[in-house]
Amino acid sequence: MIINHPLLGPRDSSEFTYMGDARLIDRPNPDGADAAAAFHDYAYLRNNPAGWHRELWFHEAGDRSWLVVTRNTLTHEISTVELARDVARAQGRSK
Amino acid sequence: MRYSGFRVIKEALTGHKGWAPAWRDPEPASHYDIVIIGGGGHGLATAHYLAKEFGQARVAVIEKGWIGGGNVGRNTTIIRSNYLLDGNEPFYEFSLKLWEGLEQDVNYNAMVSQRGILNLIHSDGQRDAFIRRGNAMILNGADADMLSTAQIKKRYPFLNTDDARFPIKGGLAQHRGGTVRHDAVAWGYARSADSRGVDIIQNCEVTGFRIEDGKCKGVETTRGFIGAGKVGCAVAGNSSRLMSLANMRLPIESHVLQAFVSEGLKPVLPGVITFGAGHFYCSQSDKGGLVFGGDIDGYNSYAQRGNLPVVEDVCEGAMAIFPMLGRARLLRMWGGVMDMSMDGSPIIDRTHIEGLYFNGGWCYGGFKAPPASGFAFAHLLARGEPHPTASSYRFGRFEKGLMIDEKGMGNQPNLH
Repeated sequence: MIINHPLLGPRDSSEFTYMGDARLIDRPNPDGADAAAAFHDYAYLRNNPAGWHRELWFHEAGDRSWLVVTRNTLTHEISTVELARDVARAQGRSK
Repeated sequence: MRYSGFRVIKEALTGHKGWAPAWRDPEPASHYDIVIIGGGGHGLATAHYLAKEFGQARVAVIEKGWIGGGNVGRNTTIIRSNYLLDGNEPFYEFSLKLWEGLEQDVNYNAMVSQRGILNLIHSDGQRDAFIRRGNAMILNGADADMLSTAQIKKRYPFLNTDDARFPIKGGLAQHRGGTVRHDAVAWGYARSADSRGVDIIQNCEVTGFRIEDGKCKGVETTRGFIGAGKVGCAVAGNSSRLMSLANMRLPIESHVLQAFVSEGLKPVLPGVITFGAGHFYCSQSDKGGLVFGGDIDGYNSYAQRGNLPVVEDVCEGAMAIFPMLGRARLLRMWGGVMDMSMDGSPIIDRTHIEGLYFNGGWCYGGFKAPPASGFAFAHLLARGEPHPTASSYRFGRFEKGLMIDEKGMGNQPNLH
C-alpha cells in the first residue's frame, strides 16, 4: 500500500506503524462522571467496519507525524490522508 | 452410513454406488431451539457437541456461503497446547485431548497427525521463558519436553546450531502437537451433526437479529426469518460485522493473516517447527508441500489477501532457519481474516441481550481450538453456564483488568 503523505508525498506503508480506529483521537474526559466506563469503551472497543475506515498511522520511519488515513478494508484502497493534528484541531482540540 | 476400511473395500468392489451425500441440504424450519450462525470449524463443532453431548436435537447451523469456506479452510493446520497462562492452557489441553479422539468421535478421517511441534530457542532469556512455559504446560496436564541441540540435530539434521545468524540453542517440544487435515474438520463435524438431526443450512446469510424487549427471538436471513430460543454466533473474522447488527461494538479488530505452501517435495520436515528469533512456523503436508506462515499484516482488513512487506518478512524468517527453502517454488499463498482481540485471547460468553451468545476473538490461533471451543460453547448454550476450561473467556475481563495476554502486549490487537 502507498500512503500519500500530505507533506512528503507517496510513501510505502511499511514505513508506518498502525494504531487503528481514528476515534482514539477522542480521548474521554478523565474528570467526567462516567470516566471509568468511557475509558473502558475507549481503550477496548472498536468500530471494525468492512468498507471505509478512518484510522491512525504513525510515520515511524519517516517524519514521525501521525496521520488519519481513510482506507477501504475490503480493497485496501486509500481515499484521503490528513495530518492527525489538523483533524484534532478541526474537532476543537488545542493540539 | 458408518465409514470404515471395510466399507471402502466393499464400495471399491461394487463400483462405488453405495455412497450417500455426507449431509442433507434441508430447507430452514420456522423455529429451532438453538441456531448457530457460522458453518466453520467452531460453529459445526458446537452443533456436533450440542447434539451428541448435551442432547439438543432441534439445532440449525446457518452459513452465508458453503461450510468450511472460511478460516477452517485457510490456515496452516497446526494443533498444539503449548500456552503459558492459567486462563488458556487448560482450555487448549482439553482441545488437544478432544483432537486425539476426534476421528472415532465423529467417524471421519481427519488425518490427525501428532507429529510434534518444536519451538526453537536462540538465547538464554528465551530458554528461561520456555522452561517456565513447559512447566506451566506440565502443571496443566499437557506434555512438554526441553530438547538439547544434540536431540534436535538427531531429528532435524539440517538445522544450523553452530554459525547461523541466530544459532539454535535448544527447543521446547510438545510431542502430542501436530497437524490435522483442515477441511476434514469441518466436514467431519458437519456429517456427525447432520446425522444427529442438526440442520445445516448453507447459502443463508444473516441480515439482522429480531430483538424484542432485550431478548433475541431469532435471525432475519436471506431465506426468511428463522426463530430461535437461543442464537450462538461463531463467525470469527466477521464477528464485528455480525454483532453490529445487534448494535454491539466488540473488543476486536479484523486483520489479515497470510499463509504459504511450496510445491510438493520429498519428506524433509517430520514435525512442526517454529523459529524463535522471528515469526515463522512451518510443517510439511502429506502431499509434500511445505506449509508456512508468519505475522499478520498489521492493519484492519477483510480482503482475504495481504501485501508484500509481510511476504518478505516471512521469507526472511524462512531463509534464516531453512536456507534450502529458497530453492523451492511457492505453489500458493492466501490470506484469512482474523478476529484480533484486545488481549490476544478469545471470548466465549453470553451477551447483554438475552438469548444471544458469542464465540469469537480467536486471533490467528483458532484452528487448534474447535473441539474445545465447540464443547465449551455447546455447554454454555445448553446449560447456561461457562465450561470450566473456558470460564476466563468473558467479555467483562477487560473492565475488570483480567486480560489473558500471553505476550504481554496490552490492548493493541496487531501486536498479539
